[in-house]
Amino acid sequence: MKKVSKFLMAILLCTNIYAVNGVLITADTFPNKLSDFSFFKDASAQIPHDDVLPYELISTLFSDYSYKQRWVYVPKNTKAQYKEDWVFDFPEGSALIKTFYYPVDERDPEKGKNLLETRLLLRKEDGWEAVSYAWNEEQNEAFKKVAGKTINAAWTDFTGVEKNVRYRVPNVNQCKECHAADDEITPIGPKARNINKDLEFKDGEFNQLAYWMNRQIIDEYPLELTSPVDWTDTNQDINDRVRSYLDINCGHCHSPTGNANSTGLYLHLNESRETHLGIYKKPVATGRGSGGMKYSIVPGKPEESILLHRMISMDPGVMMPESGRALTHQEAVEMVKDWILLLKD
Amino acid sequence: MKIISLKKSKNISSLGILKHYIFLLPVLFLITNVFSKEMIIEPGENAHERLQEAMILMEEGDILLIKSGYYSFEDGLSLDIDGVTVIGEGMDKTILDFKNQQSGAQGLLVTSNKVTLKDFAILDAKGDALKVIGADGINMINLRTEWTGGPKSTNGAYGFYPVESEDVLIDGCVAIGASDAGIYVGQSKNIIVRNSIAQYNVAGIEIENSYYADVYNNLASHNTGGILIFDLPDLPQQGGHHIRVFDNQSIDNDTDNFAPEGNIVGEVPRGTGIIIMANSDVEVFNNLMSGNGTVNLSIVSYSDKTDDPNYYPHPKRIQVHNNTYGPAGFDPDINTGELAKTLFEISDGNMPDIFWDGVAPLSQLIFGQPEEEKLIISEDENVTFLTISAIKYMMGFSNPILTDIDEFQGVINPLKPINIEGI
Repeated sequence: MKKVSKFLMAILLCTNIYAVNGVLITADTFPNKLSDFSFFKDASAQIPHDDVLPYELISTLFSDYSYKQRWVYVPKNTKAQYKEDWVFDFPEGSALIKTFYYPVDERDPEKGKNLLETRLLLRKEDGWEAVSYAWNEEQNEAFKKVAGKTINAAWTDFTGVEKNVRYRVPNVNQCKECHAADDEITPIGPKARNINKDLEFKDGEFNQLAYWMNRQIIDEYPLELTSPVDWTDTNQDINDRVRSYLDINCGHCHSPTGNANSTGLYLHLNESRETHLGIYKKPVATGRGSGGMKYSIVPGKPEESILLHRMISMDPGVMMPESGRALTHQEAVEMVKDWILLLKD
Repeated sequence: MKIISLKKSKNISSLGILKHYIFLLPVLFLITNVFSKEMIIEPGENAHERLQEAMILMEEGDILLIKSGYYSFEDGLSLDIDGVTVIGEGMDKTILDFKNQQSGAQGLLVTSNKVTLKDFAILDAKGDALKVIGADGINMINLRTEWTGGPKSTNGAYGFYPVESEDVLIDGCVAIGASDAGIYVGQSKNIIVRNSIAQYNVAGIEIENSYYADVYNNLASHNTGGILIFDLPDLPQQGGHHIRVFDNQSIDNDTDNFAPEGNIVGEVPRGTGIIIMANSDVEVFNNLMSGNGTVNLSIVSYSDKTDDPNYYPHPKRIQVHNNTYGPAGFDPDINTGELAKTLFEISDGNMPDIFWDGVAPLSQLIFGQPEEEKLIISEDENVTFLTISAIKYMMGFSNPILTDIDEFQGVINPLKPINIEGI
């Protein structure tokens, strides 16, 4: 059986000119052009090949109001393994693909998009590596940017206001600043609990975990999962919304295994100790990030809470997260403010 | 050493030669792998991108030379390659200026092992100047970090900021104007800070939640507090111990505290020479402490409430000997924190050279401290001392202080020097 399927795959690879270039995913170096990977049938329109599956997260990281499209590629006949409370363990040759863009006008999708960058996490033999490709003016190719890039981007928002941002494509090191756990690069999003939601696929609407199972790119998933909530869903409990938001926006660094573990402030979903969550927690090495306040979170007093101060700030020496943000996430700030107001001593 | 310039023209010509000897390529490859290469960055267009790219593409053993000149950067820099050297042409010659910084929480971030940084300056970073996270082996030699507008609360927190690192060397460095600590080593192990100058910072040199450190032959002056050895709760690494502070000058620390409120150093009064807080096994000797308006040397407990069960808030096994004490206590800063105020009130204005707050676990206050945990002071007889007798204090004595330094005489058990392999 195995031989037959390998043979078939070989034929497929030879005949299907649209196949993803798996050799490049595991190669020692990154190609200069994104198109070399052949993830997309139509790069400008961001239409992927059939074996590159779209996915969405329940709650997402704020990146200056940019929009993101995510895809996963797992080599044929291999599967990612389910890990409790962690991202799936993807096999060598897998790729996670994420394109960042602004719509020209949020009120009118017809006006098109401005593609900014496509970030890749590639599963090599020894582990993950991260790299980003910035899209050209013509929007028909993206080029490798190991040192990052500044893009002065603009879009019109839902209210018709023109927005501008000094958008930073991260360099390879900055990718790792967030995507590191115990000093190894790791994906953040594709934990089973984060993708446990329905999505419209080409062949219909399905739960993403069920669909991944059906497409045989994962080995299993638990039937019962404690998932975060969509923080934008105001029907949900505000505590769940805030914890979900903090988990995906802060919790990967602010956890005992993350880059910010020396702070003792832990905002991942599993943390339950009040001090470590920031309640009356004193700053450690915050410097002027404290904004003259004494605690990360003072229940009932958002104006005395460093956490909120650093979410609002746009000063690089104060703001959180440290990279990947130049604007204030106003809607999240409002939500966290309301949450702190409701907290009791 | 083979020098490969980053200039394109040279690369092309060397490739041209290679073409004729293409069969030798595998051999050459082996050879070039053995020899490190030197990359050179000069000032000019796209300096940030060129420098950052070089810091990403360099390989173990490589040397990156940043030529003398002025570099103005809008974004932070980062280095994540093991075993490399980044070198300038002098802390007054190679200037990396971040006053126009728009992104990045520090000037330079290092996250790799066995890195040497030498001979350059990082100025006016928006956050920390030089942060090193989780490095196993980091040498910072003849570097300068400075905020050029003088002491301001809007300055970045730390000049030199290695954290969660091992084998940390800070040698011949200069740190000026940090709104927290000029030289700060946090949650690290095996540390040497020497021959360095810290001025006009809130804390000159601070060793926090760290194990095994030698701090010697440094000058800490015109800070709020000169040298701080601290331990704080609720952190992954705590129980700071085995710190030797010797041959330093902590003098004329006379800058008003300009730390943003909320930070622990915000509670340090102006004019403190050396403060030991909640550490064990600290040996303070051969230092000159002078011109410190509040107090030259203080040994204190962590006084805020904490419910961290793993945290020990009191100093123990502190040894103080052979230090020189100049004038101090002439201008106590009673408006910052509790230390100066308490000391001023309890001493009735007769500020001592050495102050111990006398706080210990209740059982020890009643039954006495274990002999081996006691504070030992062996100084000239004219050195003045004051501690608070907590028992007398609690019982409402009107004068609950002890000033007899002889009670703290004892045998000094010198701590072992710190050794970093290859240093």
